[in-house]
Amino acid sequence: MMLRIKRVPTVVSNFQKEEAEEDSRHAGGCGRNCFRSCCLPGAKLPLYAFKKMNKTEGEKKSVGSENRESPVAFLDSLLLGEWEDRMQRGLFRYDVTACETKVIPGQCGFIAQLNEGRHLKKRPTEFRVDKVSQPFDENKFNFTKVGQEEVLFQFEPSTDNDVQFFPNAPINIENSPSVVAINVSPIEYGHILLIPRILGCLPQRIDRDSFLLALYMAAEAGSPYFRLGYNSLGAFATINHLHFQAYYLAVPFPIERAPTGKITTTIGGVKICDILNYPVRGLVFEGGNTLEELSNVVSDSCICLQDNNIPYNVLIADSGKRIFLFPQCYAEKQALGEVSSELLDTQVNPAVWEISGHMVLKRKEDYEEASEENAWRLLAEVSLSEERFHEVKELLFEAISCSIEEDNGVTQNLLDESDACPQSLEDVDALKGSHPGIVSV
Amino acid sequence: MESQLGLIEQSFDLRYSGWVREALNELPDSFTITDPCISGHPIVFASNGFLKIFGYSKDEVIGRNGRMFQGPKTNRRSVMEIREAVREEKAIQISLLNYRKDGTPFWMLFHMCPVFSKEDGRVIHFLGVQVPIPRRPKRSVSTVVGNIGNLCENGARAREGMFRCCRREVCSDTVLELGRGSALDSVSSPDDREIDINEPCETSELEKQKANAAVSNVLSVLTHYSELTGKLVCGKRCCLSGTGLLGSSLNISLGRIKQSFVLSDPRLPDMPIVYASDTFLELTGYARHEVLGHNCRFLSGLDTDPATQFQIKEYIRTEQPCTVRILNYRKDRTPFWNLLHISPVRNASGKVAYFVGVQIDDSCKNQEEHGLSPQRRQLSVVGAVKVAVRSLSMGASSS
Repeated sequence: MMLRIKRVPTVVSNFQKEEAEEDSRHAGGCGRNCFRSCCLPGAKLPLYAFKKMNKTEGEKKSVGSENRESPVAFLDSLLLGEWEDRMQRGLFRYDVTACETKVIPGQCGFIAQLNEGRHLKKRPTEFRVDKVSQPFDENKFNFTKVGQEEVLFQFEPSTDNDVQFFPNAPINIENSPSVVAINVSPIEYGHILLIPRILGCLPQRIDRDSFLLALYMAAEAGSPYFRLGYNSLGAFATINHLHFQAYYLAVPFPIERAPTGKITTTIGGVKICDILNYPVRGLVFEGGNTLEELSNVVSDSCICLQDNNIPYNVLIADSGKRIFLFPQCYAEKQALGEVSSELLDTQVNPAVWEISGHMVLKRKEDYEEASEENAWRLLAEVSLSEERFHEVKELLFEAISCSIEEDNGVTQNLLDESDACPQSLEDVDALKGSHPGIVSV
Repeated sequence: MESQLGLIEQSFDLRYSGWVREALNELPDSFTITDPCISGHPIVFASNGFLKIFGYSKDEVIGRNGRMFQGPKTNRRSVMEIREAVREEKAIQISLLNYRKDGTPFWMLFHMCPVFSKEDGRVIHFLGVQVPIPRRPKRSVSTVVGNIGNLCENGARAREGMFRCCRREVCSDTVLELGRGSALDSVSSPDDREIDINEPCETSELEKQKANAAVSNVLSVLTHYSELTGKLVCGKRCCLSGTGLLGSSLNISLGRIKQSFVLSDPRLPDMPIVYASDTFLELTGYARHEVLGHNCRFLSGLDTDPATQFQIKEYIRTEQPCTVRILNYRKDRTPFWNLLHISPVRNASGKVAYFVGVQIDDSCKNQEEHGLSPQRRQLSVVGAVKVAVRSLSMGASSS
């Protein structure tokens, strides 16, 4: 079902693009040039077809290709170019680069941004926040209702064994392509939404395929500063239409600097660790013999949380090599009135970016007074308690137990966790290393 | 790439007098020197000690980035810490799993530090020292943890080290046991080796001392050989970088953008160029030092339309992006039509810090690169520059 289009030279494609614009004007449809059957036929979008490869193959390739320097990856160029184009066309509600931002002094390196416009102009949440799985509702806002100009390109696996790019590919409606669209209220430069199989109108629930797609995108972009994030319903997703978010920020996130303590390694080589010394409890997944292995362990964990109605957030970092999973309970606490008014007044809804350490603040005084203690305090409210997190981990490990090595004694490890000693020396060293500039020369 | 190798040679030759490489190779240590100002942040020198340990030849390593020695089991967080140390122009000492040419992994203590220009405080090179950490088998009861030297000094300290390994039953007292330990070491089974790789080694004081000593020695050589050229280097930043210069982190980021562009600083008098990409220099035929500090108008000439120039000025004044087609001249005075896109670039304060100018040689018919139109490629440069400038101005500035 892959497109049977041959690669088209640029000169011709520019011409075709003009044609496409005229066509869509012709089509009429609902008049809003949206992404539904009224406007979609005849529409064209660039298509980036990524190469599906397993990890070992990928590594051999990258070793060989080290002969060249690593230039800005092509997917990067495509995304940045399209995003800047939409910026210059005035499609965003504000210029995010005009929003002041800073790294808060301290050990963790929390990042604060003063953004008064985002909150006011953001689409409001339209569904109940106490259920992680809710059916898709056609009547509520979903991404098929956005204008086509907000969609940057299609993102699909390639049919042959190589990356392909089609500057002007028709949208295969039966195939329901996955697309990348702009977030009109961006948190940072390049803020996009990855919408798997957009026409499938999937609710906000992770499954193996969609997570793998997100992981491929992270790997393909190849930059540790391009991270993908996911918020489940109940963990501050605002739209019940399956989507991941991503943007560029070329500084480390506090969560990435947090030390970790190894729990176990799955048969497929995926290493699972506790996050240590961080206000929010969570897990980090790394490694895996293949990208699929890593992807499936994480998505199976997400599915387990969904099935147990536990809201959660996911951060895909380090070009898809490290994945953080945070079960959370802030919305529940809010509803029960258990959150202090001081925190509520900041109006920060702790979604994946906030939990990772990137806070967008709406009030100037919050920005001026932003401190590591404040940030820590807010995030500590988001975290599950020690006991609750322990329960959730047991649930998770049971769900993915078939992938865990038999003799690892995972349950035993979990019970031993009450000892303060971190499980892995590696991370004790890393603790020391987390304060660079140690040695005076 | 010819010019790349040329740049790498120059990296040393312009800064240090002759025979510096020989002097460096008199040191027994394993170390590499990288140049953050060359795009890709490549290795410009690798000691013989280094080549021996890693199993590569000089040509396989010079011009490559240090990440080539990382592999699937290298700790990602450690990689990130090194990356950030480079960005913050700070020293770092961290244990890291690296891979030899034959694919075998091994643990080493990696000590990296910046080498500053004494004159203006810029980072000229990064020095990376590698001290292998010997495998210390953990299973056998009678083998010892930690370094022999360590134990002889202070049994108590060694025991503390062992507890950190969570091995409580190890005996540490006699030298005999130490002897037995090494014998066992040599017959350790493949299983043990596998476990050693997954569970990292402790770095002992010995490794750290070795690393510090090596750093000190290399810096002495570099300092000495830079005296003779008059372009002194030192291990500490002696003065703050001037405002006209971009930090090495921004340099490294911008160096990844393989297109012709310049950055100009509107806050300085006559808005001089503060960054010029390699491709820009190739396109226009100028050398970097001929371009930095000058306003872009040197690209215009006799037949350049003054109306276009005025248009550019207006857009800059109003901080608006624009695309114009302007007749420009290379150093050899040959003209070319420049499809020029200019855009303001804000830093973390939210205010305009630079203007980026992206040039496309319109007469060049070879515009097809991966299917992105020239206009899109220009915009992608703008985007990449915006991300870099914003992000890299967010933190507390490096001291």
